[in-house]
Amino acid sequence: MLLMPNLLATITEEIPLGWFLALGFVMFALGGIGVVVRRNPVVVFMCIELMLNSVNLTFLAFTAYLPNTGLGGKTAEHAAMAGQASIIFVMAIAAAEVAVGLGIIMAIFRQRNDVDVDDMSTMRS
Amino acid sequence: MTSNQIAFIVMAIVALFGALGVVFFHSPIRAALALVLNFFTLGLIYFLLGAQMIGISQIMVYAGAIMVLFLFVIMMLRSDETKDKPQLGERRFLFSLLGALALGAVVFLKAILPVMGSTTLSQVPDYGRPQYIGMRLFTEYVWPFEMISILLLVGIVGSIMLAKRKF
Repeated sequence: MLLMPNLLATITEEIPLGWFLALGFVMFALGGIGVVVRRNPVVVFMCIELMLNSVNLTFLAFTAYLPNTGLGGKTAEHAAMAGQASIIFVMAIAAAEVAVGLGIIMAIFRQRNDVDVDDMSTMRS
Repeated sequence: MTSNQIAFIVMAIVALFGALGVVFFHSPIRAALALVLNFFTLGLIYFLLGAQMIGISQIMVYAGAIMVLFLFVIMMLRSDETKDKPQLGERRFLFSLLGALALGAVVFLKAILPVMGSTTLSQVPDYGRPQYIGMRLFTEYVWPFEMISILLLVGIVGSIMLAKRKF
């Protein structure tokens, strides 16, 4: 624990912020391509999770690098917590979304014995 | 090339291969395991950024709980693997690639380029400790925290209703 501040200082000196943003962008773009290309709704859900995680990565990168830019006159402690609180809430919402969405997919599967997002284009059964 | 940079590049390459696997593996189980790899590596990147609490919850919540749920549902669905081929010559693959490139141009111009060489030192060195997050979460973020707990409760009740209902 005593080592952590020095470690963070060296990391923020050595790795530019743009690297984390580039990684986050590439993951987001791959997730978006997957949502469009794949037909299995479970895999589409996984691609959505990929996109949520890439946004979490950019949240945390900005939290680690730029807390002193402030947040509407708030202090650096407020700004450093804001990004991490967003990540915690995104995680909780992703968990709720996955539980409900997979329940819906199971319900559709029990009714039709097949899951394909191209065939599920109408609300009527 | 310092050791931190090498660590970041190795982790980024592993995470990108995991993301590629999610999109391009035909079998949903393989895609799910590639996603586990991606989430785990992202947790390590969070550790690299000094956020221990977020990294641990990433590994426990995402790579643990959520992916187990995904694997359960995939194994219950017994879906036809051969049907879900991502056809690379398809028109929607082309258009999604074009969309991704356009998004990349915007992100590069508006977000990455202004902070390209930015290595601003953090003003809050131990911002990722559980102690710090807990103090903040239960004082100034206590109202959103309670809202999230109600949302999770509604999600649990809703998924049980969906599972029990006879169609």
